Amino acid sequence: MTINLEHYLILSVILFCFGIYGIITRKNAVMVLMGLELVLNSANINFVAFSRFGGLNIEGHVAAIFVIILAAAEAAVALAIILNIYQNYKHINVDEISNLKE
Amino acid sequence: MSLIDIAFYFFAILIIASAYIVVTSKNIMYSAFALLFTFFGVAGIYVLLNADFLAITQIVIYIGGILVLIIFGVMLTNRITGVDIKTGTMSKFQIWMTAILCVIAAIGLILIFTQTNWNTALSPTKASTIEDIGTLLLTDYLIGFEIASVLLLIAIIGAALIARRKTN
Amino acid sequence: MIETYLPLIFMLVFAFAVAFIFMILSEWIGAKRTTPEKVTTYESGMVPRGTARERFSVKFYLVAMSFIVFDIEVIFMYPWAVSFNETGLAGLIGMIIFVIILLAGLIYEIRKGGLKWD
Repeated sequence: MTINLEHYLILSVILFCFGIYGIITRKNAVMVLMGLELVLNSANINFVAFSRFGGLNIEGHVAAIFVIILAAAEAAVALAIILNIYQNYKHINVDEISNLKE
Repeated sequence: MSLIDIAFYFFAILIIASAYIVVTSKNIMYSAFALLFTFFGVAGIYVLLNADFLAITQIVIYIGGILVLIIFGVMLTNRITGVDIKTGTMSKFQIWMTAILCVIAAIGLILIFTQTNWNTALSPTKASTIEDIGTLLLTDYLIGFEIASVLLLIAIIGAALIARRKTN
Repeated sequence: MIETYLPLIFMLVFAFAVAFIFMILSEWIGAKRTTPEKVTTYESGMVPRGTARERFSVKFYLVAMSFIVFDIEVIFMYPWAVSFNETGLAGLIGMIIFVIILLAGLIYEIRKGGLKWD
């Protein structure tokens, strides 16, 4: 049995569900960000797998590059926000942060 | 089993095992370092899918950039010095409910993916995808390419502004 | 194309195996004479002070964030350089606009004192 499209899709589903589980169960904002990165990676695997097996040539690769750029910009801004929250609250527990402004 | 199959299963097990550690480890530093192996495994999967440029991008941006940022984030928000950083969790019942829901979602998605009759056609393989990606980026996806630079500009200004606000 | 990467994979496996075997071997047959001097943290010759879990200054974060943005710029430049013969002048103009927009970010950060280290 050779590796075909379904194998990559199943791998990305498992990665996606781990990411969702991490986002829901963790309270530390940095951990939520890590779960988000897992989800984005699983989406990227799908893009590249469909690009390889769907006869789409490399259009999927360009989409995956944009996803990576988006993840980088999002991580930079999200961590800046987390640092700011830490300076105001002295913790980064996302369930207890309810104010936009002190 | 061919070598490619062995490589696929190796990377798949690497990704799944390290992703499991990322979401379940009590020590946030362990999670961050397990994330390194997840990213590395995904880069390996890209190589198996003939996406050489993406594999390099994954290693340079995710491992060299985003992961470093995340580890800085961990170090900068460390509350008590000398004590391992524990991350708060929910009650046992909530965690089990979430796990069960995630497993149900995974099984449902896997059933959908395996039952669908995919119309697969292998894309033509090339020695390298870099030239085609460059051509596509600067012709068909030019607007997206320029908007990406605007996004990065916004990110750099926003992050510098937010992170600097209280320090000086 | 995968076949062209097989030597790389073999090299990776070989490098990991060698490192692992040597670590196991030195642990196994090496002599262990511990002195207080030997078990201290290695800090390239400096005397270690404080703990490893101290909070770091936010300046490190700002530098890392600038690095990631210009990292992406370089990643984009590489396919442009490879496909220069096909995209030609239009590609050059597109790339110049891209670089100028990011340059504005760099100038903003320098004016704001984001890269100052004092």
